[in-house]
Parts: sequence; structure tokens; C-alpha cells
Amino acid sequence: MAGNKGRGRAAYTFNIEAVGFGRGEKLPDVVLKPPPLFPDTDYKPVPLKTGESEDYMLALKQELRETMKRKPYFIEKSEEKPDIERYSKKYMQVYKEEWIPDWRRLPREMMPRKKCRKGPKLKNAKGTDKGSSLINTADILKKIEELEKRGEGEKSDEENEETEGSKEKNKDGDDDNDDDNAEQEDYDEEEQEEENDYINSYFEDGDDFGADSDDNMDEATY
Amino acid sequence: MTQAEIKLCSLLLQEHFGEIVEKIGVHLIKTGSQPLRVIVHDTGTSLDQVKKALCVLIQHNLVIYQVHKRGVVEYEAQCSRVLRMLRFPRYIYTTKALYGDTGELIVEELLLNGKMTMSAVVKKVADRLTDTMEDGKTMDYAEVSNTFVQLADTRFVQRCPMVHAPENSDTGPPPPAPSLVVNEKDMYLVPKLSLIGKGKRRRSSDEDAADEPKAKKPKRTTDNKEPTPDDGIYWQTNLDRFHQHFRDQAIVNAVANRMDQTSSEIVRAMLRMSEVTTSSDAPFTQPLSSNEIFRSLPVGYNISKQVLDQYLTLLADDPLEFVGKSGDSGGGMYVINFHKALASLATATLESVIQERFGSRCARIFRLVLQKKHLEQKQVEDFAMIPAKEAKDMLYKMLSENFISLQEIPKTPDHAPSRTFYLYTVNVLSAARMLLHRCYKASTRKVSEGRSHHCICASYRCRGSTVARNRGDDHSP
Repeated sequence: MAGNKGRGRAAYTFNIEAVGFGRGEKLPDVVLKPPPLFPDTDYKPVPLKTGESEDYMLALKQELRETMKRKPYFIEKSEEKPDIERYSKKYMQVYKEEWIPDWRRLPREMMPRKKCRKGPKLKNAKGTDKGSSLINTADILKKIEELEKRGEGEKSDEENEETEGSKEKNKDGDDDNDDDNAEQEDYDEEEQEEENDYINSYFEDGDDFGADSDDNMDEATY
Repeated sequence: MTQAEIKLCSLLLQEHFGEIVEKIGVHLIKTGSQPLRVIVHDTGTSLDQVKKALCVLIQHNLVIYQVHKRGVVEYEAQCSRVLRMLRFPRYIYTTKALYGDTGELIVEELLLNGKMTMSAVVKKVADRLTDTMEDGKTMDYAEVSNTFVQLADTRFVQRCPMVHAPENSDTGPPPPAPSLVVNEKDMYLVPKLSLIGKGKRRRSSDEDAADEPKAKKPKRTTDNKEPTPDDGIYWQTNLDRFHQHFRDQAIVNAVANRMDQTSSEIVRAMLRMSEVTTSSDAPFTQPLSSNEIFRSLPVGYNISKQVLDQYLTLLADDPLEFVGKSGDSGGGMYVINFHKALASLATATLESVIQERFGSRCARIFRLVLQKKHLEQKQVEDFAMIPAKEAKDMLYKMLSENFISLQEIPKTPDHAPSRTFYLYTVNVLSAARMLLHRCYKASTRKVSEGRSHHCICASYRCRGSTVARNRGDDHSP
């Protein structure tokens, strides 16, 4: 490699004429920078196609965009609660139609889990939020349905599936259910504890309770 | 999926469904089939938000689910289906042209809601039409139902796969996800419903509520809890049928441009006859005899049998080969060659793109290389009758934009450059795909800039190139 470089002019490994440059002709300059971002074009683009159908479709597209935003399928990002709730916010909420999917067509894990005791507490807080939360309304409707159906004493297939589904949720069957149930049970325990003033299982009275406390009492007995 | 397509999908999802659905959807497109827990973990969104997003996506046929072993349900996104959202205005406009306002609103409702039952669609469309009518007039459900049946008969709407109820549902735990079964026979079967009623006009107080969002809850649509007679039978738009319609329109227009109005009418009649007998990806239609075509021409056309035969012979002899002759019985059996027609249309699109971008001399070189298949540098200059320097410059410009490619033919086993032929050639398939990719990039830019006019026109160009893509996909190995 080094030997060839020292001998006179540079020699190409291929026939330069095949590429189109004549021998000895001045080659174009080497470009040392990237091509421009917006190069000049000799030929301007053809104007866009316009006409009655295109105008109609354009108007339709704009209308569709607006309509989609108001549909229940458009899930807005839940904003963080501002420090002070503004009075005007209550009147600026856009109420969307609620949509409940057909649960028979979806995998069972899609159904929202019933959050038993957490529900009542959170409902009060969520009342000021935008009312389009799927889970709570679906829960309420399902509970109402179940109560109605149970009262009448008839059970449709759906009901069977739902009760089986809820039984499944309570069983320690799937891995999914395990974790959730464990979480729920733990939480429920804590919830119960918080609601009472007296925490039951804080510590157990040992046999030596009375004896020990005599030694460590802060208050003096008179 | 290419990066440009993924970016476009992300913009479309964000525009239609919001950021959360966009995040989940794009994650699924990028990573393929995933179970629920993995999606929650990877995207960092909460479980119930992921569930909501997946429900929305499944409702709109953008995500499908499958049960794998050990009861794990995996979700997969359909990227091509997301890209179809660009074409919604075109689908709706086509239905308007074919079936009027009623058909237009039916298809619009189905597209915006993904899937619906027939009774829900009919009710909603009747209400909407009643709003636009004059005071005192209402839209009858029967009329809307008739249009719906027409749409189902011509296969523009089809039934969604039904939930398969297993026989032994009492024994053992229920499956983690329902299995959906496609029943081919019933796909266009309209259930016998007796929908009696008229559309309800919205009260004016509700109209105020729609204009300025006030603290009034709108009427609940699920007022009656009793199940409708067609509960569980959902309908969706059949996008393949629309694409077939667009393809037919393109072919008829091409014939009209190349020859005359009468020949395009003949081709249109042939296409109409083979609408339901030919599948959407067939290379050619069933053979149609000249007698049949004569009988099915539209009533207004009074051309004699002989003139029809002459036209058919002309069409069959055309070098573009849109129509081919496959036999002589029945006055001559003719077929329409879809693949060849689409290939010609794709090539014509490429040629016109080159002409508009680089000039007519470049277009001459391009057509030359297309015709002769492989040419050397010197031969290009000779055949095109363009000076060497300019020809070289144009060839390199087209080469750098990937419209033309180089084919190496070595003379010696060591592939030495001085002893190798370099031939210019056009690979129509890859050039068409490259053009399609560029269209997606262009529409991404326009959608993100929010200029809706350009977005629609960019989607036109996409449409033209997807014609090429359809042809290309059929031929890909």
C-alpha cells in the first residue's frame, strides 16, 4: 500500500472512462460539508388538487377532528390538581357521554377490579374531578344490576359469568389475582385499622406486661 | 414498520384518542405482542389507564388479543389499520356519492365508533338526519334500515367476529378471554329486526349545552336497560371493499384517459359484474363473455353488439394489457388483469413524479431505462440523444434518490471494478415502496404542522402509491 502511493500520480483501480470522466479532465471539487437543509429546486411542486370533492373532504376532516375530541373514546390526560380549586372550573367541565364496553367481547382482565372499601372514601374526592372515569361508574352500574337481578331471583348468562368472574377474583387462582388480592387484603386491613380509634393488633399484651411497665413508667405514682 | 410510519401512527392516535391511548398504541406497535403486565411496566402508566386505553383500541379494531399458553392474554397492534385513519374522509365521501346522506352518516358512525349494533346505528343516524331536516319532519327508521341493508348487500359493512360460546361453560373456570369466531356465511347477513320509530329531534336546550359546555349532564344514551333483539351482533366497516372500489375507480379513470368514455363504461360494467365473484386480491377477474357484457351495459348506452366487440378487441390489444382475452366462446371471453393494471398505474405514477421533480429530459431517460431494462452509461447517452455530461448528471441525481439502481455484472471472479459492467436498471417494486415511504413522511410533517389541507392531499399521494403497494405486496416473495 505504501509503495504504490509514492509512485507519481494517483492511479484509479477502475477504468475512469466507464464512469464518464475523460482522462486528465478536471474532476469536480470534493464537497466538505453536508448538503444544504433546504436545497434550491429547479422544478417547483405541482399545485395541490382542488375541487368540490376535495373541499368536502377537507371540511369533513376538520369536523371529524372536532367530533373525536368530544367522544368518550378520547381519554384526556388527568391533570394534577391545582393547589386551589377554582370555582369556575366546575362550570367549564365538558360532560361527555359515558361509554361502557361490551365486557363479553373483551378479556376478563380488562374488567375493572372492584375496590371494596377504598371506594366510598375516594368517591367524595373524585366528585370534583372530571366525571368521565370508567371504573367507578362501571362499578356502580354493575352493582346495581347485580342487586336488581339478585332481588328478582333470575340469573342470566351474563350474570353467571360475572359472578364466576368475581368468584375467580376472590380465589387464589391466577397469578394476577394473587397479587391483587394480597394487595387488597393488606390494604383492607389497614383501612379497618384506620377507621377505628383503637388499633386492635398493635401489640399484644404479654404475660409480663404489668411487671415491665412498672419499671419504665414515666409518670410517678403518688 | 418504518420509523416514518410509526411517527405517523403516533400522530394519528394522539389526534383521535389523546395522549394516553397514543402512548400505549405506539408502544404496542414498536414492540409487538405483549401481555398486560408488561405493557403497564414498560410504559409506566397506571393499570386502569392501560386497561381503558386497550378497551378503546380494541373497540376500534386497532388492537387484537390472543390467548397464549398458561392463560396469558397478549395484545397486538395493527399498524396498517391505524394508518387507514388517514382515509376516513375519503370513505365517507365515497359512501355519500353512492348511497346519499343516509349512507354517509351510517359509515361515519361506524368509523367513529369502531363497532356498533345495527339498532344503535339506525337510531343514531335517524336522530342526526332528523336534526338536519325541516321542522316537523322526522326520519323514519325503516328508510335508514333499508340503506343499511343495501350497504351490507354490497359488502361495504360487515359483521364483526362473534363471541364463541363454549358448550361446557359450566365445568371448569371460564377462559381468560372470549374466542372470536368468524362465520363466513353470515358475514353480511342482516338480522331480521323490526325497527319501528322515527328520529328524535334534539331539544333546543340541549343544543345550547352542546355549544357552550355548561354544567348540564346530557341525556344518557343507555336509558333502557333491556337488551335489543340484535344484542351481540356488531357491525364494522369493510375497508377492503372500499379499497377495491378505489382500485376499480382508478382503473376506469385510467381507461377513460387513455381511450374514451365508452370504453371506460364497458370496463366499469365488467368490474361491476365481477364485484362479488372475485376476491379482493385476485390477479384477474372471472372470464366474462361478450354477450354477458352486452346485456349488463347501462341502459343509456345504445351501442350495437359489433361496436362492443370492436371496443373489446381494442382494449385487449392495448399494450397496457388492462383487459385480456382468455377464450373465444360466447363471443369472446375477456378478463380484467388487476395486477398488470396496477403495475402500469404504479409505473405511470413513478414517471410523473420523476418528470415533476427532475424535468422532462430525466423522465425520458427514466422511461428509456424502464423500457430496455438494463443499460450501460454509454448506451443511455446514445439512445436518449442527450449529451454525455448532462446524461451523467441526471443519472446520478436519480441514482442518489434511489429511483434508479445499479446492477453489477463482473467479468472476472475477483470483481475488479475496471473489469465489471455497471448497468442502470429500474426496480419498480422498490421504487414504488420508497415513494410510499416518502408519502408517509410528508403526511407526518403536514399532520404535525396541523395544516389539514396538505394532510389530505398527502394522503392522496399515499393512496396513489398504495395502489403500487398493493400490487407490490402481491408479488413479494
